Formats: sequence, C-alpha cells, structure tokens
Amino acid sequence: MREQKNILGNIDWVLVTIYLILVFMGWINIYAAVYDENHKSILDFTQSYGKQLIWISTSLFLALFIMAIDSKFFSQFAYGIYGFFLILLLGVLVTGKTTAGSKSWFEIGGFGLQPSEFAKFATNLALAKFLSATDIHIKEIKTKVYAALILFIPALLILLQNDTGSALVYVTFILVMYREGLSGNILIFGLVIAVLFVLALLINKFILSAILVVIGILFFLVIRRNKKAIITLVTFAVLTIGFVFTVDYVFDNVLGDHQKSRINVLLGKELDLKGAGYNVNQSKIAIGSGGFLGKGYLNGTQTKFNFVPEQSTDFIFCTVGEEWGFVGSFIVVGLLMTLLIRIIYIAERQRSSFSRIYGYGVASILFMHIFVNIGMALGLLPVIGIPLPFFSYGGSSLWSFTILLFIFIKQDSYRLNLL
Amino acid sequence: MKKAYGNRQYTVITIFVVVGLIFVARLFYLQLVDDSYIISANRNALRFVTQYPSRGLIYDRNKKLLVYNEAVYDLMVVPKQVKVFDTLEMCRLIGITKDDFIIKLKKARNFSPYAASIFEKQISKENYGYLQEKMFKYSGFYVQSRTLRKYPYPIAAHTLGYIGEVGPNITETDKYYKSGDYIGMSGLEKYYEQFLRGQKGSKIIMVDVFNREKGSFQNGSFDTVAVAGEALYSTIDVDIQAYGELLMQNKRGSIVAIEPETGEILTMVTSPSYDPNLLVGRVRGYNYNKLLKDPTKPLFDRALMALYPPGSIFKIVQSLIALEEGVITENTGFPCDKSLVGCHNHPNAYNVKSAIKMSCNPYFYQVFKRIIQHGLANNRFSDSELGLNLWADKVKSFGLGQRLNIDIPNVKKGFIPDSKFYDKRYGFHSWAFSTIYSISIGQGEVGIIPLQMANIATIFANRGYFYTPHFVKAIGKNQKINPEFLQKHVTKVKDKYFQLVADAMYEVVNEPGGTASMARIDSILVCGKTGTAQNPHGEDHSVFIAFAPMKNPKIAIAVFIENAGFGGVWAAPIASLMIEKYLTKKTKRIDLEKRMLEANLMNLR
Repeated sequence: MREQKNILGNIDWVLVTIYLILVFMGWINIYAAVYDENHKSILDFTQSYGKQLIWISTSLFLALFIMAIDSKFFSQFAYGIYGFFLILLLGVLVTGKTTAGSKSWFEIGGFGLQPSEFAKFATNLALAKFLSATDIHIKEIKTKVYAALILFIPALLILLQNDTGSALVYVTFILVMYREGLSGNILIFGLVIAVLFVLALLINKFILSAILVVIGILFFLVIRRNKKAIITLVTFAVLTIGFVFTVDYVFDNVLGDHQKSRINVLLGKELDLKGAGYNVNQSKIAIGSGGFLGKGYLNGTQTKFNFVPEQSTDFIFCTVGEEWGFVGSFIVVGLLMTLLIRIIYIAERQRSSFSRIYGYGVASILFMHIFVNIGMALGLLPVIGIPLPFFSYGGSSLWSFTILLFIFIKQDSYRLNLL
Repeated sequence: MKKAYGNRQYTVITIFVVVGLIFVARLFYLQLVDDSYIISANRNALRFVTQYPSRGLIYDRNKKLLVYNEAVYDLMVVPKQVKVFDTLEMCRLIGITKDDFIIKLKKARNFSPYAASIFEKQISKENYGYLQEKMFKYSGFYVQSRTLRKYPYPIAAHTLGYIGEVGPNITETDKYYKSGDYIGMSGLEKYYEQFLRGQKGSKIIMVDVFNREKGSFQNGSFDTVAVAGEALYSTIDVDIQAYGELLMQNKRGSIVAIEPETGEILTMVTSPSYDPNLLVGRVRGYNYNKLLKDPTKPLFDRALMALYPPGSIFKIVQSLIALEEGVITENTGFPCDKSLVGCHNHPNAYNVKSAIKMSCNPYFYQVFKRIIQHGLANNRFSDSELGLNLWADKVKSFGLGQRLNIDIPNVKKGFIPDSKFYDKRYGFHSWAFSTIYSISIGQGEVGIIPLQMANIATIFANRGYFYTPHFVKAIGKNQKINPEFLQKHVTKVKDKYFQLVADAMYEVVNEPGGTASMARIDSILVCGKTGTAQNPHGEDHSVFIAFAPMKNPKIAIAVFIENAGFGGVWAAPIASLMIEKYLTKKTKRIDLEKRMLEANLMNLR
C-alpha cells in the first residue's frame, strides 16, 4: 500500500503519449483523406473527420473513466463482460444492420455500433482471467480445450456475421498462449501451415506432394533412425500432404469468388486492375507515389480524389504514405512497433498473471491489426477489411482499442499495490 | 513459476520487429525504388489539358488575307451525367436522326461513362447559335470550341496546302504532336508548319476517380500559355492568282509567274484545281476521296510535279550555250533543212535572233550538233560524251535538272540527261549526236516542270541570274525571311549574250514573222518564246514563256497547256492577259479574254 496516493505517477506515460500521438495523427490523416474544398473546417461534424473528433473526445472520457474505477473491477467481472458481449454478438446476428455484406452493426440513433470490435477486449479479459487462475496448467488438455472455446465462440459468431477479418484476429491469441507455456512448436507449425498454404495455391498439388516426400526422405537419411523419429516423420509427411490437398479443396469449394480472386491477385496469378486487384493497385500507387518526403499535407491526389477506396478506414495508411512519404510511413510504423514492444515490456514487469496475460493479449490484438492492415495496404496480404488501430475512422474501433489499452494501463498503474 | 517462460518475450518481440522491418523494406521499395507508381498516380489524378494555339494566318503580297481560322464547336458528352431530355429537339438542332443519337451515345458510353468524348464534331457557327440557347436543358453535354482553316478566296489550293490529323509515324518520332493534333499535310501549311503551329500550352487539372474536375494543380504554377502561330506574308497576288485560275478553267496545265528581281512567286496555277474550303472540317474526308477519284486529277500539282518536254522554249537556252561555248556567233546562219528535222514554212534564219524569232528547228539541230561535237576528242563517241557533259553542266546552271529550293515540300527536279544516263541506256560509247539530237529542240529525254520554265523566263528577264523562287517573303512579327531566298544564282553563261536573246524574244512577240504575235500588248513591251511540245501520247502541248516589260521586267511567266497545240495560239494569249492584268490592273482585249475563258481544251488528248 505504499504509493496508493500517487496513481498518476504510476501511469505509464510513454504508452499514453504514443496513444495520443497516434490518435492525433489518425485524425489529421482522416481529414486529409476526405478533404475537399467545400468542407474545409476540420471541425465540420457532417464529415468523418468532424465525427472522428467526437469519437476521440468520447474515447478520452472512456479512458478517464477506466482510470477512475477500481482496478479489480475488470479481473472480477471478466466473465461477465465476456458474456455480455457474446450476447450482443448473438443479438446483432438477429437484429443487426447489413453493410457491405457484413451483418455486424447495431444502429443507435444514427450512429453504428459494432459489437465485434468490443468482443476483442472482452475475450482478452476472459482469457486472462481463465489462464491466470492458480489451478490452471496450460500443458493440460482440458485447459487447452477451455481456452480454445473461449476464443472460438466469439470468433465463430463474428464469422457468422460474415466479417472474416475480425474473426481472423482471434488467431493472434496463440502468441499469448505461447508466452504462457504452450509448446513453441505451435509457432513453427503455424509458419509451416502458412508457407504450405501459399505453396499449395501456387504449385500443383501433386508436384508439391512429391517435393514434400523428397524432403521427408532427406530428413530420414540425416536423423538418427529410431522408431519414434520415423513415426513422427511419417505422420508429419502424411499431415502436410493431407493439408496441401485440403487447401486445394477448400480454395476451390469453400472460399467465395471474391476471396479467391483477392488471393489470386496477391499471388500474382490474376491481374485484374479493375476488379479484385483495383484496391490494392490503387493503394500501392498512392503509397508509391509518395516518394521520400511525400507530397505534403493535403496535397495527396490519390486518396483525396477517391482513387483509393475506403481511404479513411481500412486504407488510411495510404494517406500517410502518399502525403508524408517514406519518412512519415517509417515514423508511423516505428511508433506502432514501439507501442507493441513497450506493452510487452510492461506486461513482463507485472506481478499478477492476469495483468501480464491481458497485456500480451493487448499487444497481440494490436499486432494482428497492424500486420493485416498495413500488409494489405502495401500489397503483401490479401484485402482483409480490419482497421488500423487508433488511425482508422470509426467510433467502435477507436473506443474498443482505447478501452483495450487503458484497462492495461490501469492494471499496470496498480502493479505495485499487489503483493 | 510461470516466469519460467519469461524468455519467450524475446521471441514475441522478434516477431513484431521482423514484421516491422518487412514493412519498412516494402515501403522502401514502393516509395524509393520503383518509380512507376508516381507515373501511375499522375495518370490517375492529373488531366493534362492542352491549350491549342491559333494557327498562323497567311496573307497575300498586298496583305489580303488568304487563310484564317474560324471557330467551330464540338458537342461533348459525359454519358454518366446525361439525364432524360427532349432528344428530338437536339437531333433537329445538330441535324442528326434519333438513331444516330442512340448510336453516338452508346459509342461514347463504351469509350467511358465518366470521361468526356466528342458527340458531334464541328458544328457550324449558325447551328451553334441555336444550340447554345438550349444547352442548359442538356445535362451531361457541353460545347468545346476549336478552329478550322477558312479561305476567303477559293484559290491557290495546292500552294496553301491543307492540314490534317497527324498520323502515328509522326507522333512516334516527334514528341510535340499527340494523336488528334493537326499538322500541315501539304503546301505552305506543311513547309512552314513550325512557324504556323505556334506553341501549345498546357493546363494541369486535378480530377477525382469519377473524372470530375477538382481545380488546377498547384494553383497553375505548372501551366503554360499557348502561343499563337506566326503569320506568313506570302508573295502571291490574289488578283492574278484568281484571274489565272479563271483563265485556266476547262484546261489542263499551269501558269507560274515570278517577280524577276526578287524570285517572289506572284502566282502559281495548276488546273484543274479545287476550292481549298473543300478539304476542311466534317466534309474533308468525303471531298478528299471524291477529288482522289476524279479522272482529271485535281489533286495533282502540275506546276511542280509534272515533267514536260519544254519544246521550242528550250531554244533560247540552247543558243546561249552555243554562244558561250563559242561554237556559233550571233551571226551564224543555217538553212532550214527539213531533212534533218521537221519544221514549218519560213525563210532561212541568217542569224541567232531570226532563228529564235522563227523558231527554226533545223537551225537548232545544227547548233546542238556543234555543241555536242566539239572536236575535242578524235573519236566521235568520246567527243559526244565530252560535249554533252559540258552542255549539261551549263544547262543545269539555269535551274534545270535539279530541285529548285522552293518553299513547298513536294517538287520535282526535272531531268537533264548526261553521258552517264545515255551510257546506261545505250551502253558505254554506244551513242553520239545522232542518237540524242531531239533534245536540241527541247524534246526527247529533257524534262522540265512549269516552275522551271518560269524560272528560265526570270533568268532572261534578269539577263543572267535568278533568285530561288519562293512563296513567303516574311514570317511573323519580326518579318523574318529565309536568307537562302536572298542568294543570287548566276548562270554559267556570260551576261553579254543575254541581251541578244532578249531582243530576239522581243521580236518573237512584236515583229512580223514572230510566232507569238497574239501575246502583243500595245502599252507594254512583252518578250517571249513559244513552244509546241511534241507529245507522243497525243496532241502537242502549248507552251509560252515571257517577261515584261522589256526594261526592268516586273513579271516573268510560263504558261503550259496540255494537248492544246501551238504555243502561240493558246499559251501566249493567256500569258499576255496575265501580264496585262498584273501590270495595268485592267483588261483591254475583252474579245481575246472571252475567247480564252470560253475555250474548253479539257477533252483534247
């Protein structure tokens, strides 16, 4: 109970400062992205930059509110909050509004609310709560199954809303579990899966299978040939080849046409600059035309004149790239990475497992968004619509990222109060 | 105990950092290495609107306007912005049918729903007036003005030339031109293209994804203003050009008149010709094809492109060369021996002057024989070779057999044979005077274009020199002139022999027994020489060259009429009428004029 009186002194101001800088940069870039001569005032509330200012101020209130309530509130009510948002996710499936093929919005008095955004921090809370319990051992099958269920239920509900991008975010919790003791093989396994997935789409499945068999034989010649190793090897070979055929099947029979062509465009198998490739091509043009120092604030032509679609939400990074150039983009990427590493650093200094696990969850969620969003804008990943944290226009996402981060800052500021 | 996995933070951080570095590397490639995105971005968002300059005007020698620009209007359409309106009314205003309307709109839509394309080309000023009042009703349509060449006088079509859209061969080699630009295709329009075209300006306009204009780029700091083309002050005299074309109606041939002291071309008529206004605007393609198919070949510029045997007018050149080479004196006489070469009935020529006056063929047979057979070599074949080459060298100094550097792109060289030519035709040393004698009287292989005939007249008018014939005496505000046109060209014949021939040319017109008495004008001393060029394909051609007045000549002229027979009968009177018109601005011999105007020599062959 040493420093209870000095809460402000215990707040990690580095995180708060980076947060404020990112939010501010996001705001002025939204202004630049949709800027037009007729609505010059950045405070014009009919325009998205004016609205974003409302979201920013309310987010700051939310942050203050979180800082004000009891630090134990979130760990205590983690399951409750989780349950509440699961209900909302279910509700939106029934009563939600459909936008661009996704049924993920509640409309409340002219403003849209997207439960899937909030479900992320709720899930993070629940997972932290579950894994931090004293009698939990991650090596146990039971634990893995429960943890997987906690993640799987919201992911499934979001998938049902036809919002693939947001559902994909839940994959990121593997990083959290890994930190908490899940076998490192999971990461290697994930990497192999990803590489095989791409190869399976690029190379004929029979040729790829043959290559895998050859690799297997090479391993067989190199390793000590005991029974266990051979069994592992054969299992591995069967699994990978099976996976290759599955990918092929899934790609042909399960994925929708637009998903297929997005992936084909990315892999260079399809060149469709007017259709599926349009977004990515325009995005690359906008960023690529920025050069070293960019075209200057408000001087971008590609984003402002709508060549890049979704320029204030999913493709906000284009505005940064076009108007601020390599220097500006570098600073933004640098700031985001600093934020992530700072969160990990702080998470590691927590005495409570709950706070640490929650912190890893925060970093992982943010990482996934950054990875997918910027990767897409740079033409490295297929087009998956998820926002860039703190940058993209949108109330739900800004609120949810603010809540996500500030719960962690709050926990951290009380770290010394725990034994 | 869970701290046991504390080291795993580094794995996680490594993953973050690797992704961060991949992003930076990718940004580096997109923004700093690969330039193509900047180009694509400009293509996306900047529209380079060309500001077309007005093309230079062309004046005649008395500053009367020959060519100017007239505004016409293109009706443009942006299909996406078209709303329902009274289409029938618009169709009526621009003179198309409803079916046309549907087809045109469909075509525009196929081109691009957002970008503007031409809906109807070159609407006249009158139609535009009506259309303009209704334009507010037609959303999605707007009018864009451009200019067309216009000719107040329907004359000098070949000289002025025409303009047309540039072809791919030009746009590929010359960056100034873009597809759809206009360029001079022939005549002065082509030769003086660089001056006439001016300098295009450009305006950079930003557009959004729907091609809507979003204002000028960087406040217009990269915009350039169009500079109008420079005017050409030509040497043509509208009045006699028009008069010449009138006289040549229903005749095939040409008239070329030159001001001797400057080389300025006063008129160049080729007939049949066409109204230059036919090759302008919407009707151009149709008219061009029609002219192309016309059996009288109105697109063929006879004055510059037709090679004719000069006939007897060549005799004045032959006599000078003979005098210069010293093979005859002015008093050398030869009998009219018709066994050598055919001739008309006349007394024997006792000297050069009388031979020219009477145009005696056998006389010049003998003269040319002396020119060729100099006795310079003991073998008659070698002798002919030497003689012919000496002769050809002098003949060429009269501007024959070589391109006169006139300011029109397409002009023939004409042809003066030399030993190489005959060696090739008959074999080395297998020819002599007897083989080539017909060129003595301007027949045979000699080929001359009407411009060169007029230039010969100029040389006699000047008594021994000429300036390169040209059509433009000054360009633009600074009155620039091509220095080449100020360069005097002197023949290889001494000045002193010219007066003798000029005197003979005076007698041809003014003395009894001369072949061109019909060219006589009471008030003006006209000097000339007739020619009747034998034509193996049909009726002989009628030729006449002249200059006037005898002292300080102001005009040198050549008239060539195909298949019209004797030079004295058709070509000489027409030349005479031209001279009178130019020097006195009047026509006294109304009967003669009437006869010439009414004559139809078109169907003679």
